[in-house]
Amino acid sequence: MKTASKIYTALIMIFLFAPIAILLVFSFNASKSLSVFSGFSLNWYKELFKDTETLRSVRNTLILALSASVISTILGTAAAVGMDKLRNRAFHATLETVTNIPMINPDIITGISLMLMFVFVGRLFGAATSLNFGTMLIAHITFCLPYVILQVLPKLRQMDRSLPEAAMDLGCTPLRAFFKATLPEIMPGIVTGLLMAFTLSLDDFVISYFTAGNGFQTLPIRIYNMTKKTVTPKMYALATIIFFVILTLLLISNTIDTDSDKKGSGK
Amino acid sequence: MKKCISLVLILAMVLALAMLAGCGKTETQTLNVYNWGEYISDGSEDSLDTIKAFEQWYEETYKKKVKVNYSTFASNEDMYAKLSSGAVSYDVIVPSDYMIARMASENMLLPLDFNNIPNYQYINDSFRGLYYDPDNKYSVPYTYNMVGIIYNANVVDEADAGGWDLIWNEKYAGNILQFNNSRDAFATAQYKLGLDVNSEDKSTWDEALAELKKQAPLVKSYVMDEIYNMMESGEAAIGVYYAGDYFTMLDAQAENVDLRFYYPEPTNYFVDAMCIPSCCQNKELAEIFINFMLSEEPAIANAEYTYYASPNSIVYENAGYQEDLGEETIAILYPGIEEFKEKYNTYAYRNMSNDMLDYINTLWETLKIN
Repeated sequence: MKTASKIYTALIMIFLFAPIAILLVFSFNASKSLSVFSGFSLNWYKELFKDTETLRSVRNTLILALSASVISTILGTAAAVGMDKLRNRAFHATLETVTNIPMINPDIITGISLMLMFVFVGRLFGAATSLNFGTMLIAHITFCLPYVILQVLPKLRQMDRSLPEAAMDLGCTPLRAFFKATLPEIMPGIVTGLLMAFTLSLDDFVISYFTAGNGFQTLPIRIYNMTKKTVTPKMYALATIIFFVILTLLLISNTIDTDSDKKGSGK
Repeated sequence: MKKCISLVLILAMVLALAMLAGCGKTETQTLNVYNWGEYISDGSEDSLDTIKAFEQWYEETYKKKVKVNYSTFASNEDMYAKLSSGAVSYDVIVPSDYMIARMASENMLLPLDFNNIPNYQYINDSFRGLYYDPDNKYSVPYTYNMVGIIYNANVVDEADAGGWDLIWNEKYAGNILQFNNSRDAFATAQYKLGLDVNSEDKSTWDEALAELKKQAPLVKSYVMDEIYNMMESGEAAIGVYYAGDYFTMLDAQAENVDLRFYYPEPTNYFVDAMCIPSCCQNKELAEIFINFMLSEEPAIANAEYTYYASPNSIVYENAGYQEDLGEETIAILYPGIEEFKEKYNTYAYRNMSNDMLDYINTLWETLKIN
C-alpha cells in the first residue's frame, strides 16, 4: 500500500514538472531545434538579452502587472472595507454577487466587451485611436479586483470588531483606527490578494489581446504572434529565467510566513 | 473623511477617462508598424536590428527624433479584425496578397506616393501589377515564397519524390503531414487533380474533398507550425510547407534526418507586401519607412532573417547575399523569376465570396470530423 502511494505521488510529480524540466533543458540547447538536443550552450540566453523587442515586452508585462495589482489591491481593500460595514444584508449580498461577475465571466467576453466600451468612449471623445496602455490597465484592474475583494472580505469577517472600536474609544480618529487596528489584522488577506492579482495580470492573454493598443505588447501576445514562423529557444531561456525568479520569490515569502508563524505561536 | 476619500476616488476615475481620451496626441513623432511575428531582422545572432537602425538613420538624415512602435500579429485575419474594429491605428502594415485585395476593396488602404519611395525602382517587374493590386497603387512587396514538399531522404525513396503524388503514396502511411487549414489543404488536392483553387463551382471542391478523404488514413496529423519539430526530429517524413521554412528546419534537423525539398507543379505562391492603412497618422513618415526597408542593408538583413525570397533586385543580385545563402539555397528560393507573374496570377489564392468560404469550411469540417 505504501509503495503504491509513493508511486502515485511520484507520477503526479512527473506529470506536473516534466514540462518545466524539458523547457529548462532545451533552453541550453546548442542548436535551434526544439526537439533534438545537440549540446550544451548558453547561446539562447545571450540572444535573449540582445532581443530588444522581447525585452521591451517583458518590461511592458511587468509594468502592467505591477500597476494593475497595486491599484486593484488598494481599490479592492477599500471596497471590501465598505462592503463589510453595510448593514443592509440584501444590498450587501447583491454587491458581492455583482463584484464576482468579472471573475465568473469568461475572459473572452470580458475582453470583447471592454474593447467595445473603450472604442465607444474613444469615439465619443473623438480620439483617433481608443486603445492604449491606459485601457489595458483599466481592463486588468477590472478582472483583478474581485480576487482582491474575495481575499480581504473573509479577513474582515474573522476580525474582532471590538478592536477598531476600542482604538476609537481611546481617542483615535476612524482613519487612524483603521490603519492602526484594522489594517494589520487584514494584512495577510491583502498580501494574498496582491500576489493573486499580480500573477493573474502577468499571464493574462485573452483580455490583453483584445484591449492592447498600438505598440504596447505584452509577453504572452508576443509569443502567440511568433507562430507564423516558429517559437525560438530564446523563449525557453526567458521562461526558465521567469520560473527561477518566481521560485525564489515563493521561497522567500514562505520563509517569511513560517518566521511570522513562529513568532505568532510564541506569544 | 468619507467625502474626502470618495472625492479622491472620483478624481482618479476622471483622470483615467482623460487618459483614454488624450491618446494619439504625442509630441515626438511615432511610427506604428504592424508586422507578422518573427518577420524582421531583430539583431539576434549578430544580424541588423532593423528598427533601431531606422531610428538612428532618421535622426541623422532629418535631425528629428522618431520612435517606432513595433507590434506583431499571427494571421491576416487577426490583423484585419484589429484594424477594422477602429480601436487602433497603425501606419505601416504587412498583409498577404488576398488580404490586400480585400482591404483595398473596402477602402482600408491609402494610395502610396511613390515620390517618397524612390527605392521602389529596385522591385522586379514580375512583382508589379499582380492581381491583388493591378495598378500598383497600394502595396510594396516585402517577401514572396512558394509551397513545396519537404521529405526525409533517409525514409523516402528518391524515386517516389516529385509531384503531388508523394503525399498520397500509401508506402508512407502514417508518415505524412498535411496543412491544418482549409484553403492550403484543399489546394494540395486541387493542384494534384488540375483543378482551379479559386473556383466558385462547388462540385470541384467536392472532388477535392474526395481526394483529401482518400489521403486522410495516410496522414499522421494536420499541422501548422508544429511541422518544424516533427520534421526536424524525424517524427514525420513528408510534409508540405513553404520553401523559406524548409531552410529553418534544415538548420535544426537531427543527426539521423536528411531533409530534402522540391516544388511539385503547379504550386501555391504568396506575396506579403507593405501597405499604409487608412487610419495612418503620418503618411509621409510611413512612406519613408517603407523606402528604408527597401534599401540595401535592411532589405538584405530581413531576407536573410526570414529565409523567404525577396522581390528586391538589390537583395537577390547582391553577391554577399548569394554567398551567405549558398548556391543551392538560392536555386530553391529563386526558381525562375521571369515566369513568376504568369504562374502567380493563375495559381495563387484569391479572396472568395463569403458564401464559398462558408461552403469550404463546411467541407473541411466533414473531413476533420471523420
